[in-house]
Amino acid sequence: MDRGVLVFGAGFALAVAAGWLILPGVFYAKVEQPLAFSHEAHTQTGGMACEDCHGFRDDGSFAGIPTLEQCASCHAEAVGTTESERKFVEEYVKLGREPQWLVYSRQPDNAWFPHAPHVKAAGLPCESCHGDHGQSNSLRPLEVNRISGYSRDVMGRPSGPLGLRRAGGMRMDDCVRCHAGADLRHSCLDCHK
Amino acid sequence: MIRKNAEGKHARYGMLIDLDRCDGCGACMVACAVENNIPPGRPGANARTGLNWIKVHRIETGGRPAFLPIMCQQCEDETPCVEVCPQNAVELDPATGVVGQIPQRCLGCRYCVTACPYHARVFNWGDPEWPAGMEKTLNPLVSPRMRGVVEKCNFCHGRWHAAREKAAADGSTGNGPVNYVPACVEACPAGAMAFGDLNDPDSALTRAVAAGEAFRLLDLLQTGPKTFYKTAFAAVRKGVAGERDA
Repeated sequence: MDRGVLVFGAGFALAVAAGWLILPGVFYAKVEQPLAFSHEAHTQTGGMACEDCHGFRDDGSFAGIPTLEQCASCHAEAVGTTESERKFVEEYVKLGREPQWLVYSRQPDNAWFPHAPHVKAAGLPCESCHGDHGQSNSLRPLEVNRISGYSRDVMGRPSGPLGLRRAGGMRMDDCVRCHAGADLRHSCLDCHK
Repeated sequence: MIRKNAEGKHARYGMLIDLDRCDGCGACMVACAVENNIPPGRPGANARTGLNWIKVHRIETGGRPAFLPIMCQQCEDETPCVEVCPQNAVELDPATGVVGQIPQRCLGCRYCVTACPYHARVFNWGDPEWPAGMEKTLNPLVSPRMRGVVEKCNFCHGRWHAAREKAAADGSTGNGPVNYVPACVEACPAGAMAFGDLNDPDSALTRAVAAGEAFRLLDLLQTGPKTFYKTAFAAVRKGVAGERDA
């Protein structure tokens, strides 16, 4: 084979590999969650539904990640035998210290996303935006854009294998795709504040 | 492009201000600033460089002075700011009739400020800053605007969002007209301001406007504002309406 083709091929492969593997680390800092947590243990082994922990407040707003009080209603003492649960009970529940969970789906300040119209009125399942997060066995590190501070899940390419799209999505493109399909295209200020 | 509002299907929010009740106290200006995260004026800020989405002007009419609150008039027939914006940063929402400003798109050219016949648009000359501790009073429903962009009244868009969320939680779709009240209307101690849906024939606002006493500012420009005024005094009306003598 022509040597020039080989050199070009090697250079191309090197550039692509650098783009896939090295560049994301330049843009995004990985921050670990304070505790290991398994959604799978709760939803499959424990048989719980998403809304058992992630519910609505009385005024219709979404409460998001449960408070320590909610967790402690089951975990006042360790239910299982894992190290992370022991750590959670001893270092958080007994000391009354809220874990500082990092939120993958935290939207920029100028985006307005209410759960009620999507979940209650439109009947969308959680998975349509959050993917299979509820079945995951561990919490992946939060990828934070080094400049904007936004989560990679809401701004930027979703971090699936080889940069491919995961199911669901919480970027503006994902919102627009679904809204346009449902003929809900009004104005910017529908979703921006 | 201006998109006209579909009759009946969506809301057409409007306002009626009774000039005979307004005593110029300025409570609407304060309530507006608190609601919409408008920072306190910087040292040296004046009427041109300060930020106010609603301004109460004192009008000399020869006899009794009048006070005239002016905010974005929410034009819908000819919307000068929408027409001139090179960035598509201004749009007329067909679902609400509200003229929206998208600060992230605005490049700060201030063409819209010049185009607006009501002087209802303000330019953000500095970064928004609050005295230490006061940032805790910020309204989470409204995003503060950055330096170098134009901002304006949007009929308390954050309250509209909250009302939609509440409607959806209560079993509606949250996509149709919802009932809410802007901060200035709520704060007015004289009850001089009324807010409602002009597409709803039964709303108090629609009936009051249809009663014929209401007029609009600079009507001859045919911008078609959805903010109406009324007064029983001919001199006041002559002083503020910008009408030509017949």
